[in-house]
Amino acid sequence: MTIQQAQTEIEEEFELFDDWMQKYEHLIELGKDLPQISEEHKDDEHLIKGCQSRVWLHARLENGRVRYSADGDALITKGIISLLVRSLDDQPAADIVEADLEFIDRIGLKEHLSPTRANGLLSMAKQMKFYALAFQAQNGDAHG
Amino acid sequence: MTAVEVKELRKEFPILSEQVHGKPLIYLDNAASSQKPLQVIDAEAQYYCHNHSNVHRGVHQMSQRATEAFEQAREKARVFLNARETAELIFTKGCTDAINTVAHGFGQTLSKGDEVLISHLEHHSNIVPWQMACQRSGATLKVIPMKADGTLDWSEELLTEATRIVAVNHVSNALGTINPVERIIADAHAKGAQVLIDGAQSGPHMAIDVQALDADYYCLSGHKVYGPTGIGVLYGKLDRLKELPPYQGGGDMIKEVRFEGTTYAEPPFKFEAGTPNIAGAVALGAAFDFMASVGVERIARHEESLRKMGEEALMGIDGLKIYGTAENKASVISFLIGSNHPYDTGVLLDQMGIAIRTGHHCTQPIMDYYDIPGTARASFAAYNTEEEVLKFVDGVKRVAQMLQ
Ligand SMILES: Cc1ncc(COP(=O)(O)O)c(C=O)c1O
Repeated sequence: MTIQQAQTEIEEEFELFDDWMQKYEHLIELGKDLPQISEEHKDDEHLIKGCQSRVWLHARLENGRVRYSADGDALITKGIISLLVRSLDDQPAADIVEADLEFIDRIGLKEHLSPTRANGLLSMAKQMKFYALAFQAQNGDAHG
Repeated sequence: MTAVEVKELRKEFPILSEQVHGKPLIYLDNAASSQKPLQVIDAEAQYYCHNHSNVHRGVHQMSQRATEAFEQAREKARVFLNARETAELIFTKGCTDAINTVAHGFGQTLSKGDEVLISHLEHHSNIVPWQMACQRSGATLKVIPMKADGTLDWSEELLTEATRIVAVNHVSNALGTINPVERIIADAHAKGAQVLIDGAQSGPHMAIDVQALDADYYCLSGHKVYGPTGIGVLYGKLDRLKELPPYQGGGDMIKEVRFEGTTYAEPPFKFEAGTPNIAGAVALGAAFDFMASVGVERIARHEESLRKMGEEALMGIDGLKIYGTAENKASVISFLIGSNHPYDTGVLLDQMGIAIRTGHHCTQPIMDYYDIPGTARASFAAYNTEEEVLKFVDGVKRVAQMLQ
C-alpha cells in the first residue's frame, strides 16, 4: 500500500461516522492498537515537544523502509498518532519526506482540535518526516 | 437559589446561550475565569460612551468624570473586602501582578538568613515571584507541606525567628481546599511575620473581611469575580503600603521628579504607575455590585449544593477518584477516571458542550505530590444549574465507558 492509498483508506473509514463523538470513539480504539514503542525508548530524547500530553516516537530503518513505533499517555493522542503511523509506516524514506498528509484536513481533524492540540498534531507529523529525512541523508539516497 | 432564580440570573449572561460543537454550552471552568453579566459588559461600554478621559490629570470635566468613576470603583473594592480606607486598595492587572508587586518590593527588604514561607498548594503565581525574590536577596524559600486530602499540614513550628512573610492562598484553585488562613495569620503575626493571602479563588465564593482576617496583603483577580480580564485588586494595610518600595516607576506614582532624585506619591498611587485600566476598574466595580445584589452567601450556598451533588454522583463511577477531599472546600471538583489521562476526559466532554479544565492548573507541585500528570476539574459559579451538573455527571459516565 502506498501512502496515498493508506490515507484514502483512513478518509473512507471516517466517512462512516456521523458525529465527532463516534470519530473520537474510533480514535480511542485505534490508539489502543498503536505499534508499541519499547520501554527503553520512552525517554526525553523520543518525547515530542508541543503536545499537551506526552507522546514518544521512535523510528528505525528496516530493509530500506522506515518503521515507526510510538506511545502516549492520552488515548486520543495515541489514536491520532496511530493514523499518522498508519499512513507513513513501512514506506521508503524518500516517499515519507515528500508525503502530503491531506487526510488530516479531509477528515476534519485539524479544525476539530484546539490550536494547541493542532500544533501537537503538526509536531508529530513533522517529527516523523524529520526521522525519514535523517535516514535519507544517512543512506545518501537523495534522489527523492 | 431556586431553579427559577438561577434561570433568571442566567439571562444576564449572554454567553451562556452560546453553542459549542452544536451543543448548548455547559460552562464549568469558572475557577479559570467566570463569565460576565450584562451589568459588567455595559458598565465598560457606558464608561467609554460617556465618561472617558485620563484620570487624575485634567482640570476638564471629562477627566473629572473619569477620575470619579475610577475612584468610585476603588470604594466598591474597599467595601467588597471591608478594608478600612480606599488608600489601601491598589488596582493591578490581577493576582499575578499583585503578588509580583508585593514580592518585588518586599524582596528588597529581604536578606540572607531571612525566610519566606509559602505552601505546597500554591498557584505558580504565588511561587515564582517569591523564588525570584529569594534568588535576588539570598533569602530561603520554605514550604508548608500538604496532606493527602488536600489540606495544609500547618504547624506554627514552621515559623521561625527568621520568617519575614508567609504567602498562602485562601482557596486552592486545583483542589478547592479552603485553607485555615485566620490561624496562619494569627500565628505568623505572633512571630512577627507578615502575611499575604492570594484570594483569587476565595473572591468569587465567600464574603471577605480583611480587617477581621487581619491580613497584611490580600489580592483578587477581577475576571474570576464576574469582572473583566486585566484588572484586579491588591489590598495592603496602609502602614505596610507606606513601607513597601514601589514596583514600577512612571507617571502618576510620583510626588516630585528631579534628575537628582524622585519622591513617591502616597498609596495607592505609589503602586499605580502609568495610565491604569480605568474601564476595567469601572467594570470591576459593577462586578462587585453584581455579587452584592445576588448575595455572596447565597452564591456560596448554591455552589456548595452543586458541588456536593456532583461529588456524590461522581463517586458512584467505577474507578473515579476525586482529588481534594477536605471538609472545607469551595466550588471545585478535581478528578481522574482510573489511570486515564485528563486530556481525554476534557476533549470528550468538550464534544458534549461541557467546558472543564484539564492539566496541572498551574500547580505542578500538587500534581507531583499525587504523582499524576494533572486532573480534570469542574468548577461552579452562581449561574450553573443542577441540570448542568447532572449532564456533566452523565458526560463523565459516558467518557468512563469510552475509555475503558
Ligand atoms: C489561586 C490562584 N492564584 C493566582 C492566580 C493568578 O491569577 P491571574 O492569572 O488572574 O493573575 C490564579 C488564577 O488561576 C489562581 O487560581
